[in-house]
Amino acid sequence: MMRFVQSLGASLLSLCRMIGSITLFIALALRWGLVPPFYGRQIVRQLIDIGYYSIPVVGLTTLFSGMVLALQSYTGFARFSAEDTVATVVVLSVTRELGPVLAGLMVAGRIGASIAAEIGTMRVTDQIDALDTLSTRPMQYLVGPRLIAGTICLPILVLIGDIIGVFGGYLVGVYRLGFNPSTYLSRTLEFLEFDDVLLGLIKAAIFGFIIALMGCYHGYHSGRGAEGVGKATTNAVVSASILILIANYTVTALFFG
Amino acid sequence: MSNKKTEPNKIDISNLYKQFGQNVVLNNFNLAIKNGESLCLIGTSGCGKSVALKCLIGLIHADSGSIKVDGQETLGQSRSEHENLLNRFGMTFQFGALFDSLPIWENVTFRLRQKEKLNRKIAREIAGDIIDQLGLAPRVLDLYPAELSGGMQKRAAIARAIADKPEILLFDEPTSGLDPITSGVINDLILNSVKRLGATTLTISHDMASVRQIADKVAMIHHGSIIWCGPVADMHQTGIPEVDQFVNGRPYGPLTSTAPKIEKTAPSEIIN
Repeated sequence: MMRFVQSLGASLLSLCRMIGSITLFIALALRWGLVPPFYGRQIVRQLIDIGYYSIPVVGLTTLFSGMVLALQSYTGFARFSAEDTVATVVVLSVTRELGPVLAGLMVAGRIGASIAAEIGTMRVTDQIDALDTLSTRPMQYLVGPRLIAGTICLPILVLIGDIIGVFGGYLVGVYRLGFNPSTYLSRTLEFLEFDDVLLGLIKAAIFGFIIALMGCYHGYHSGRGAEGVGKATTNAVVSASILILIANYTVTALFFG
Repeated sequence: MSNKKTEPNKIDISNLYKQFGQNVVLNNFNLAIKNGESLCLIGTSGCGKSVALKCLIGLIHADSGSIKVDGQETLGQSRSEHENLLNRFGMTFQFGALFDSLPIWENVTFRLRQKEKLNRKIAREIAGDIIDQLGLAPRVLDLYPAELSGGMQKRAAIARAIADKPEILLFDEPTSGLDPITSGVINDLILNSVKRLGATTLTISHDMASVRQIADKVAMIHHGSIIWCGPVADMHQTGIPEVDQFVNGRPYGPLTSTAPKIEKTAPSEIIN
């Protein structure tokens, strides 16, 4: 019993330490990462890495999600003769929920891991210390550009993903389920409001910040050697994914109603 | 003569103390280096040499003690004061620590470009001049660190450290992992660069041949403290068993408290 209480206490302390450490990292990242000097080339490089190279992953994910959503909702709604609402369900689900969450999780896997591995390797090979000795703040040179790029790129990726996802639903609706193309399109646009898209984009910006932050944090505090970098990479992806799901509910609840 | 006496040391470290968890790494660490002097810090692996170097440049915060550069206390400085101080230092790391994502010319001129806002063309030309002085071919400029050999990486790291002519140079094991010929070349480069800049130098090394070649003075650290410091010519006659064992590379002595057991092998096993 005593051992159980001890291990519970140790886990709790370790959790508190990690929350404190992440909070401090966020404060430092915002203090130094988002103020001049800005490293333009670094920001552009990150915009390309995070944004441009993630388009295929996000596009494929949302395309097939839109397609499967159309099929599944048709199966369900046909049971109470509400097949007409398939287009509306697809567009609302993709823009409000599936687009941001799926894009967020896919980018967390791709970019969160890559950021943690890159910064972690820099940590274990003394490159971060070298930056310091060359009078350059690592928070400004490494963390800032990634936070900025993550926060800018995710909403753009989600917007592209929304369009592709809705297009996936359209393909299945028209060519597999036999909907009239113009009816499907008008149903898609009829009930879609600006706020639906905006909510998805706000979520995406938050997810982008979380992904970059977790990648930077775990890379920056990476342990020694290849094992340390490996652990940092895993932790970055897992923590970013969990935080994305928590943030998704929190933002949705705030905007609900 | 009297002027020499009053001249403050370039670097003055006194009573430095650093502990990681329960592990005391530096304890009553004292070291003084005169302006333009080249001092080599020697000691067994894990004895605190790199920690001392990192405390000096502010990468690790010492728990207590004093570090003075030109008589000015550096512990407890504000971030901007510390950045001004860093501009006076150049440092190479044990494994080079060149930035993987940048070509060599950008690595070499990294600080120059930040400080003086040089455009890319001029910075590249400056990098070309520096690597030429260090005996690297111009084609190296556009290569990335991963495409260079260990010796070339060390030279590129030295080029980065000396690019903006610092007053103080710190070298962390500049010849580790290199063959004797390349080590000799690196030592020559360090000597020439230091002479040209007139810089004060602190080098960590395990390589006694390098120490004899580049040092004016040698200091040995043991259990977190300096146990001997003196001219390089005197290091064989210190009368301190630890220094004697280290300098002569003897496997058994006070630094290795227990000699490893060597099992005798039967002659038949050797033949087989």
